[in-house]
Amino acid sequence: MGKYILKRVAVSVLTLFVLITVVFALVRLMPGDPFSGEKMTPEIRANLEAYYGLDKPLLEQYITYVKNLLRGDFGYSMKYLNRTVNDIIASSFPYSIDLGMRALALSISMGLVFGILSARYRGKKLDFICIVIAILGTSIPDFIMGALLQYFFGIQWGLFPVAQYQGIQYTILPSIALGFYTLAMVSRLMRASMLEVVTQDYIKTAKSDGISNVRIVWKHQIRNAIMPVVTVLGPVVATTLTGTFVIESIFAIPGMGKFYVESVQKLDYSLVLGMTVFYGGFLILANLIVDILYGVIDPRIRLAGK
Amino acid sequence: MENSQKPEEILLDINNLTFSFHTYGGVVKAVRGVSFQVKKGEIVGIVGESGCGKSVTAQCILKLNPEPPGFFEDGSIRYKGEEIVTKSDREMRKIRGMEIGFIFQDPMTSLNPTMRVGKQIEEVFVGRPEVSKAEAKRRAIEMLKLVGISDAERRYSQYPHELSGGMKQRVMIARALVGKPGIIIADEPTTSLDVTIEAQILDLLKQLQKELGTSIIFITHDLGVIAKLCDRVLVMYGGKVMERGSVRDIFYRTGHPYTHGLMHSVPRLDISKDTELEPIEGTPPDLFAPPAGCPFAARCEYAMKVCYEAQPPEFPLEEGHASACWLKHPDAPPVEWADGGKGGEA
Repeated sequence: MGKYILKRVAVSVLTLFVLITVVFALVRLMPGDPFSGEKMTPEIRANLEAYYGLDKPLLEQYITYVKNLLRGDFGYSMKYLNRTVNDIIASSFPYSIDLGMRALALSISMGLVFGILSARYRGKKLDFICIVIAILGTSIPDFIMGALLQYFFGIQWGLFPVAQYQGIQYTILPSIALGFYTLAMVSRLMRASMLEVVTQDYIKTAKSDGISNVRIVWKHQIRNAIMPVVTVLGPVVATTLTGTFVIESIFAIPGMGKFYVESVQKLDYSLVLGMTVFYGGFLILANLIVDILYGVIDPRIRLAGK
Repeated sequence: MENSQKPEEILLDINNLTFSFHTYGGVVKAVRGVSFQVKKGEIVGIVGESGCGKSVTAQCILKLNPEPPGFFEDGSIRYKGEEIVTKSDREMRKIRGMEIGFIFQDPMTSLNPTMRVGKQIEEVFVGRPEVSKAEAKRRAIEMLKLVGISDAERRYSQYPHELSGGMKQRVMIARALVGKPGIIIADEPTTSLDVTIEAQILDLLKQLQKELGTSIIFITHDLGVIAKLCDRVLVMYGGKVMERGSVRDIFYRTGHPYTHGLMHSVPRLDISKDTELEPIEGTPPDLFAPPAGCPFAARCEYAMKVCYEAQPPEFPLEEGHASACWLKHPDAPPVEWADGGKGGEA
């Protein structure tokens, strides 16, 4: 197991390094630069470029950037005066991660429950309800879902605040809007997986041993059925966290989404780079955790990783 | 047919067992009036081709057939005098594993891939307060040793994918035996193993049966396995028992054309290699609409008019040997098996 984890960590670090390099190059390939504008004079431009080190050769800039990164320094933003990228991330990331985690926790837990119930009561009313929820979840885009929730729960029934992010009651609607798609996907996957496991020989073996139905479901069915769900967790975390951009703007939440979009539009090199690396690093970490989790749940993976 | 035995020796008494399945196409009559008994310490073989009802019969004993769509139409299964057919699932749990163990056909898929094998053996004791956890573990390891797994302590904490096929089947046997059941039902336990491993597993079963005094119901389509292992044999076809008797009766005093056909469709070492195998022509009966007469009549070269019209009762031949064939009726014409004189030599 130790070797397996070490291998996954090494691959993750390499991935992060490739990401930094590629994004660094891509940002510079974009047409235009951060300082173009009507009032820009050559002198000011030269001063700014010297200030940000943009006048040096690209390779030197890259080396300096990586060196600073290793010390955890993302540099200064080129558009927000006197604000470092670290500062911007530190102020906005807590909102995004809070929303993302709530949405993930809600969607994965409820998705699993719906999937298991759906499979246990296959063909019954409960199964039908779960299927309808799953179909709605996969077919309604999250921005429409967000608007619908705001309209009904916020405006019509007045149950929850319509927008902003100031307390627990504010978090509910955006979490649902963001997590609904994932919930639907997890529940469909879990249902199919449970139905497949039920037909496996080892379930009959367990039954022939006189094991109770409850224990068969918990120890034999769910443990084996959850494997395909764990596999998609990596991509699911990615879609949920990137999905926060849209949801944040609908619910007026001061998360990273706004800064990210603006930084690309305004070619704020250091902010684009910083946010991408930060986000990328976060997703790579999520995938690493999923990989390790996978090894914990399925002993066969551990063996293959030796 | 075994009236001479004292009743207390009989562990399992199955009488006129009839089990069917509801399907989209109608009701499939999988088992049609099967009766037999299992005595303490004996090995009963059930032999027949695919779809003859042998597995369904075996699974009825532990009520492992899914109900619905399956259902008991008639008959009784008595284990130590207790009726099984009417027991609830909760009551059955006391019998499964502890009183009657079950070994399945394919050890590759019959073990949970995400659970350590030791835990899977111990699971038999879960929810049985009379056996402590430490005791369960001790018995699991003891049982692993008994089924011939070396280094049992290490194997105990391994996962199924770390074991070979033969070893997995040994684990399955350990699992079936750990509750010290009176009867083990082995449903084609060696079919998916290669022949050398098959021989080892059969030896193991026979040895364990002697050591522990457990009765075994052994289900197979392989007559060679029957000859090697069993005391008594039931030959099943179309959901019914065609012939029953001791291994000697079945092999040397064959009393049913179907049994005869089965034996002559198997390759043998003691016949010339120029002799062609004789397949049984035709296909098994349609169990959606079982024939009115003998299920084998349509494929039987000796079939008479009566065979198509009425189901033959079991005619006793010798002590403990009976055949459900109209040819054994006192008024039937005597028949010599058309097999080139190879029917019954040693």
